[in-house]
Amino acid sequence: MNSGFKNEPAHLVARSDNFHRWRSRKDLFAKRVIGMGGLVVIAAVLLILFYLVYVVSPLFLPATMAQKSIGSNPGWSQDETVFLSLEEQQQVAMRVSRNGIAEFFSLDNLALLTSATLTQGSQEVTLATEEQGGSGLVAVAYDDGRVSVLKHHYSTDFSAGVELRKIIPSLEFPYGTDQRELVPDGGITGLAFSDSEAELVLAAAASGGRVRVEWNSKQENFLSGEINLESSVKAMQVDFEITAISISQNHRWLYLGDADGRVHFIGIGGMTENQVVQVSDAGITSMNMLLGGISVLAGDANGVVTQLFPVRDQENEYSLEIIRRFESSQAAIAQIIPEQRRKGFISVDVTGNMSVYHSTAGRLVLQQQLADGLPSALALAPRASGLLVVNKDGSADFMDIVNEHPEVSFASLWSKVWYENYSEPEYVWQSSASDNAFEPKFSLTPLAFGTFKAALYAMLFALPLALAGAAFTAYFMSPALRRMVKPTIEIMAALPTVILGFLAGLWFAPFLEENLAGVFALLLVMPAGLLVFAWFWTRAEWRIKNYVKEGWEPVLLLPVLVVLAILSLQVVGPLQDWFFAGDLRSWLSHEAGISYDQRNAMVVGCAMGFAVIPTIFSIAEDAIYGVPRSLSDGSLALGATPWQTMVRVVLPTASPGMFSAVMIGLGRAVGETMIVLMATGNTPIMDWNLFEGMRTLAANIAVEMPESAMNSSHYRILFLAALVLFMFTFVVNTGAELIRQRLREKYSSL
Amino acid sequence: MKTLIKWVADGTPWVWLNAAAVSACILLVVGLLMLIGVRGFGHFWPLPVQEIVYQQADGSEIIVVGQIREHEKVTAMRLRESGLEVAEGSEFVTRYLIKTGNRDIIGQDFRWILEPAIKSIGKPQSMVVFEREEWGVLIGRLIAVRESGQLLEDPDTWGEFLRLLTRANNMRDEIRELEKGRIGSINYRLERLRLKQRGLELEGKDEEASLAVIENDRARLQEEYNVLEENLGRLYTELRRDAIVVTTSDGQEHEIPMSSIIDAHRPNQMNLFGKLGYFLHTVWKFVADDPREANTEGGIFPAIFGTVLMVLLMSLFVTPLGVVAAVYLKEYARQGLFTRFIRIAVNNLAGVPSIVYGVFGLGFFVYTLGGSLDRLFFPEALPAPTFGTGGLFWASLTLALLTLPVVIVSTEEGLSRIPRSIREGSLALGATQWETLWRTVLPMASPGIMTGLILAVARAAGEVAPLMLVGVVKLAPALPLDGNAPFLHLDRKFMHLGFHIYDVGFQSPNVEAARPLVYATALLLVVVIVLLNLVAIQVRNRLSERYRGLES
Repeated sequence: MNSGFKNEPAHLVARSDNFHRWRSRKDLFAKRVIGMGGLVVIAAVLLILFYLVYVVSPLFLPATMAQKSIGSNPGWSQDETVFLSLEEQQQVAMRVSRNGIAEFFSLDNLALLTSATLTQGSQEVTLATEEQGGSGLVAVAYDDGRVSVLKHHYSTDFSAGVELRKIIPSLEFPYGTDQRELVPDGGITGLAFSDSEAELVLAAAASGGRVRVEWNSKQENFLSGEINLESSVKAMQVDFEITAISISQNHRWLYLGDADGRVHFIGIGGMTENQVVQVSDAGITSMNMLLGGISVLAGDANGVVTQLFPVRDQENEYSLEIIRRFESSQAAIAQIIPEQRRKGFISVDVTGNMSVYHSTAGRLVLQQQLADGLPSALALAPRASGLLVVNKDGSADFMDIVNEHPEVSFASLWSKVWYENYSEPEYVWQSSASDNAFEPKFSLTPLAFGTFKAALYAMLFALPLALAGAAFTAYFMSPALRRMVKPTIEIMAALPTVILGFLAGLWFAPFLEENLAGVFALLLVMPAGLLVFAWFWTRAEWRIKNYVKEGWEPVLLLPVLVVLAILSLQVVGPLQDWFFAGDLRSWLSHEAGISYDQRNAMVVGCAMGFAVIPTIFSIAEDAIYGVPRSLSDGSLALGATPWQTMVRVVLPTASPGMFSAVMIGLGRAVGETMIVLMATGNTPIMDWNLFEGMRTLAANIAVEMPESAMNSSHYRILFLAALVLFMFTFVVNTGAELIRQRLREKYSSL
Repeated sequence: MKTLIKWVADGTPWVWLNAAAVSACILLVVGLLMLIGVRGFGHFWPLPVQEIVYQQADGSEIIVVGQIREHEKVTAMRLRESGLEVAEGSEFVTRYLIKTGNRDIIGQDFRWILEPAIKSIGKPQSMVVFEREEWGVLIGRLIAVRESGQLLEDPDTWGEFLRLLTRANNMRDEIRELEKGRIGSINYRLERLRLKQRGLELEGKDEEASLAVIENDRARLQEEYNVLEENLGRLYTELRRDAIVVTTSDGQEHEIPMSSIIDAHRPNQMNLFGKLGYFLHTVWKFVADDPREANTEGGIFPAIFGTVLMVLLMSLFVTPLGVVAAVYLKEYARQGLFTRFIRIAVNNLAGVPSIVYGVFGLGFFVYTLGGSLDRLFFPEALPAPTFGTGGLFWASLTLALLTLPVVIVSTEEGLSRIPRSIREGSLALGATQWETLWRTVLPMASPGIMTGLILAVARAAGEVAPLMLVGVVKLAPALPLDGNAPFLHLDRKFMHLGFHIYDVGFQSPNVEAARPLVYATALLLVVVIVLLNLVAIQVRNRLSERYRGLES
């Protein structure tokens, strides 16, 4: 279009060609820059979407594992490895051998760092076991029935700088170096122990059905700080073959697995058998406690690992329940190793097939066949990021495990999960943890439920007001009044939600609690009173009627509404209270058994309804106003009353637009944060009760995001919640927008 | 009867109900604005101090002194249930919420009293309400003034007190200027020196010479600091020189150092003009002062400042981007599937919940971009984050993204109101498309752009949820704009009016005492936002008027 500048006015021609070249170059440049502007918007939307997906995706990526050989020590094949443990940095490991050598070695080259001899005389180590939870305590049982308790400890030497730090292992005997005589005649087949602030409990199973529990209460010497143990031994004789033994962390229960597939639930206090649970039809081959010492994991000869824990019933009686099964192995389970920081565990079967599970998620995270079959010992790193294996031939392998988010599965996010210490499977969101042993509960279901509950009550409040108001404003209202009403509605839309939330929480919630009956009376008194007024107004022959022109009824109704509201709150409310023993509020909680929170769904419904009214109102009003006049005029000309025209002609035409208004309003209600945050108690409960609160996805993000560690499972799950919100509003808005575009085309064709 | 049936059959009742829905919406808006207005302004109006002789449950009489904040009717039954004795035969009892102040003496700020138990009530002229640095207000009678430990004999105690108060306030200003201004500046420069040294160490350039320069600077600053410190100490001793003696409702005398008193007034002696003056005075203090006592007392200046600065920065980002995108959509792009797709994208951006922007801002801007910036440009400060934590810059960027659709939609609307003839005229005269746009179209569309910007500002000023994730704090130690180079500290955390409302109203330890302040803050925010919106509506209306003529 600037090609014909030869014919341009003289003052332009007078300039040089350079100037025109510069002009067209400028034009091209502007075109490019502005073209990019459009792309930026698309890019922004896509960036948000992809970034959310990018953060969320690791939750659903499979775990991986890479095996590498780290050398071989010929001596180890002579003196079999009984026990293995790994230190946090995965640089140093400890090994206890059959002949009683406890040694620390470097993982780089299996070089020996320090060693000590545990055995006395001709003793041999039968087995050794580590306390769950990463305390570093190890109990070693000898063939003569004696037991040592020792602790591996690591300190870091920074003297050569941070990069060259050295890990210095040491072996400690916190309860003395003396061996403890646990089973007098020897023959220990299983050993379990647990340590706490107050006591150390050792339990051993020995051949011939002997069970012995040594109970040591700790007495601290105030002067020296030394800890003395005061021991008492409890013994028990059972008539089955004990194949595995475990002890709960609260030191109340002993679990014995037998060769017939049963787990015996034994109270330590009286050494009495409380219950026998048939876990499997094959024998129990291995048992261990999950982190936290509440759940016991029993592996059987079929390769199934069963999780059990004691469940408390209403009479405060505990019974051992089978919670879930992990069935990925085919052969007898040889060993179960719990993780030290999470509720995950590793099982190895006799063929050397290793499985990584997570208990809460109830899923198999990873499975791999160990190259050299069943090893003599294996150790899991404290962060569960590596596995050390020492084989029978003295060779050692190390496996890097990348398993960041085992606790997330579709089931753990959306289905009922049976959590530890719960009496039945439930939907629970409880992400904050006091310690590692806490089982995080990441069920999004109560949050999604809360979101929809809040949105539902908000829509219940908003829809009648917004749609009816829009219909009147678009169709019946006088243009002059309409010009005033529309800005008012815009102001309503602009009110910050933090202010609505604050008023809802600090003013409306107490107000509602005080005037509950009055507010309910409003629902009855308002429409009835209005109709009565309208009837008399149309019938009466007052002069004042001349002043109210048609289309100005809303102004006329303002004082009527105020009077009716005062009437409801001041007269009918108290009257109604009279029926409900003087106070509807206390009647609800005392007589009807409906619990009442001050900040409840009704408060949220009203406040959030207030927030979405203008959205729905504006869009619906546009849709109705856009209906071509010819349609309604035709209907009126045929003798239909204005209302009949409205309902039969105008509304059906505008209904897609009104539908999209409702959709957009719903999208807004679902994503609203501040109102819900301030106007409810934010407890993630699942209950439709109008008088109880909820926690929504959005409020949950606002509450928990700031203290969530970057890239933790919790962080990613919160991102997932954001992604769910994003996708929901994306779908709803796109749908609504498409409907509106089609409606616009329809109008223009009419 | 027949007419009634016809009336119903016509559907007239439904029309009336529809009309009532409009009235209800209007009533809700107006009622809400009035509620905030009344409660918000009520915070500043001086209330008389009542001296009430009150009979307690055990029959003994005490004197309660305070301001009546609220009264309500409660059923006698509810009071009886909560263990209070109420005379038989009365259905309802009025009870008053009295702000007694004197939290340090009585242990609480507020108490409820029942009307039947009030023996007598009076408004003694001599009652003074003192505002203090901590423990809230003190209400009592001013007995004596002590200057440098000497009891002043002057009969005009109040006059003497005011003289000392002015002196104390001047000194306090001086102290604040020293602490926040000069000592703050020295601390800032010391921190910069530390970072510089650490930076040199990291780069391996920590030679003797450069270290000596830093050490030299540090010593000089330290010296400067010592002088100021000494000054400060002297000012503090001076400030603590005077004291007043006050008797409280329990009849006890309390000696209160002037250093803890900020302001005082005698509401019972004020006439209407006095009250009006005091009202304006407190409004000004509210707007211009820093918050005290965990934000439950004092002003909200830093929150206003933070909000304004954040919104300004956001406008800088959002205006060019939004205008360019709208111009592309309207003037350059061929209308078709692609533009339709962009419009839907814009619409979606507008519908995305604000908290999602917060999550995105935290993850992408703060952690990803900010973390990289820190590693690249601020390694000396690590592990303490510079841009790797929420701050002014990221907050305004997040909100720019959030308000982008508002600007785009409004600008597009402005552009589409310009008749084709104007563009064609310009092009026919030989102007390039860019020249047409720059000289003709954009100036004419500027009211539309302004509308969009105003609406974006209003939206940003009221938005809280995303800000909670990307840099708003309840109490910022320093303003993001100060006298230390580079003056505008984009990495600093800031305070925000909306978050202030949330924080003080819901997280504060003393919600009851803080509530009036929250109403006042809400009022300020609402006034600003409503004004902005009204201006936007006006601009838009005038715009549509202007082009109506052109189109015909």
